[in-house]
Amino acid sequence: MTQAVEPYLLEIDNLVVHFTTRHGVVQGVRGVNLKLRHGETLGIVGESGSGKSVTVQSVMGLINVPGEIVGGDIRWKGQSLIGPNGRACLEKVRGKEIAMIFQDPMTSLDALFSIGTQITEVLRHHMGMGKKQARQRALELLEMVDIGAPEKRLDQFPHEMSGGMRQRVMIAIALACEPQLLIADEPTTALDVTIQAQILELLTGLQERLKLSVIMITHDLGVIAQMCHRVAVMYAGKIVEVGLAEDIFERPVHPYTQGLLRATPRPDDVTERMVAIDGMPPNLIAPPSGCAFAARCSCVQDGCCLPPELTHYTEDRLVSCWCAGQQQP
Amino acid sequence: MVDGPQAHASQTAAETRNPLIRVDGLSVRFDAGRSGFWGQHRRVVHAVENVSFAIMPGETLGLVGESGSGKSTTGRAILRRVPAAAGRILYKERDITHAGNEELRPLRRHMQLVFQDPYASLNPRMRVIDIVAEPLVVHGLAANNREAAGKVAELVQRVGLPPDAGSRYPHAFSGGQRQRVGIARALALNPEFIVADEPVSALDVSIRAQIVNLMQDLQRDLGIAYLFIAHDLAVVRHISHRIAIMYAGKIVEIAGRDELYQRPMHPYAQALLSAVPVPDPRVQRARRRITYAGEPPNPLEPPPGCRFQSRCPHRTGQCRLEDPQLEERGAGHRVACWNS
Repeated sequence: MTQAVEPYLLEIDNLVVHFTTRHGVVQGVRGVNLKLRHGETLGIVGESGSGKSVTVQSVMGLINVPGEIVGGDIRWKGQSLIGPNGRACLEKVRGKEIAMIFQDPMTSLDALFSIGTQITEVLRHHMGMGKKQARQRALELLEMVDIGAPEKRLDQFPHEMSGGMRQRVMIAIALACEPQLLIADEPTTALDVTIQAQILELLTGLQERLKLSVIMITHDLGVIAQMCHRVAVMYAGKIVEVGLAEDIFERPVHPYTQGLLRATPRPDDVTERMVAIDGMPPNLIAPPSGCAFAARCSCVQDGCCLPPELTHYTEDRLVSCWCAGQQQP
Repeated sequence: MVDGPQAHASQTAAETRNPLIRVDGLSVRFDAGRSGFWGQHRRVVHAVENVSFAIMPGETLGLVGESGSGKSTTGRAILRRVPAAAGRILYKERDITHAGNEELRPLRRHMQLVFQDPYASLNPRMRVIDIVAEPLVVHGLAANNREAAGKVAELVQRVGLPPDAGSRYPHAFSGGQRQRVGIARALALNPEFIVADEPVSALDVSIRAQIVNLMQDLQRDLGIAYLFIAHDLAVVRHISHRIAIMYAGKIVEIAGRDELYQRPMHPYAQALLSAVPVPDPRVQRARRRITYAGEPPNPLEPPPGCRFQSRCPHRTGQCRLEDPQLEERGAGHRVACWNS
């Protein structure tokens, strides 16, 4: 591993999150370790219920009853964000140094206030700006996210805008306080593909221009391929593989990563049959004691009844699979 | 059983035969209330405008478009679930555009719908056996659910559900399994034609392929024709024989599957194809992506001329005045554009 001169921007250490439901305790996140470097875009890919959103919601302190962080630590520039002291620290950085955008821009904007009010509110609260100054800055922000006629847009309400336009406004609000980390939780899933392409292009440009660190949550490996430097693949509440995006796409090691890649439709694929992964993810109320993917895995063996650890496969690749060691790096 | 390529060959032979479904100049409009002084002005959404295509027996036509393009409305209009404002819908060359309920009832058996959201489309208070048996009882093919049990068990097995699935409720199933229940229900009446309205859009990637493959198997074994509706060009390639692309209520391009992917001609079709991200960083980052600024026009006031003009880089004066019609540009490849 390269010598890190400064500590990581964000470190997630053995995070465990549980949700208490009528049917039992759902183990949403079962020990996640992640480190984010300055200025990198990290993609977290996984299917519904894999724990990818819960992981980043934990970072933002958005886990509420019936959910609970029951173990592990989250550190922002070395300072813990968990526990009573951590909460105070989180309040200081949330929205300012760490910003987040969500899947559905309609529900995350307030329908009763104009776009201008919602952007200037952030600027006045976090940056202590005056009314006039905040409005001026809001105009700049709208221009930065390529919204035409920003003067007019400031006085419009969310319902007067399309989905793509609303997501641009959300990005403007998130970037209002010049954060160092932007967490994007499926930012384009609710949008049409041609609009998705516009938003991804915008995010890529902003990331480079503003030297942002980005955590991109998605279920679409195509989105990862376009935007991310590193990828973490999640399955059943755990990370099963982490590495550089180009390496992982070229040579996925974990059988789940391999299956996911084969199952993702490519516009240049001419075969008639799609490749499926048989079976379905395990129930996280009673997850299997061994490898969670074993029931669907084609190279399952006796050892898979024990839980595999996330271990180094090559210098910058971590894999959690008993069979990985048998493959040649 | 016929395998893939042979089925294709018989397909081309079938072109000369009568189509199963023919849509001729179909338009659908929705009333959107009134506006203006004392509501003198009626507002009308032009959801589908002058759409024509045919579907052969055993064929899959992929109908692709973004939200509001009218793709689902087209599918529903064919099934007579929304009224047509203009044009004709023909089932086996028989005009059913204005057929009454009595006349439609026997036809509905042959034309079924599979919905997008397997969570919202199944009644949570009915067991799977009752959900699948319901169409059999309604159409008088079984006196009651008990009599239908044999057929239901067969269907449950056919779509790959566990044998004990019948006695369980929808909440006990995952999204992919619920979609199998929806397909079993649609299959109950031995339909010849199924409108599948984004059947895999709500499913996870690893499950999507399971459902698409199941639908292909059913087509091969039972000869069902599909209108497969999708919002992007990712999945349709695998299941469709031909693909039609809709934009703002109109078909802008229709062609054989491989032809469309290799030589998309309409600027919107090109953008739509290039918007599907390739899951390979080297390819994806090197790709020349076509992204057009702007968004689809307001369906309340569609512009005169081509509906894509506000986003089109090749726009000329003619595009603002005249609406391009679909024109033949090669075998079965039709495009509605003045400049491509």
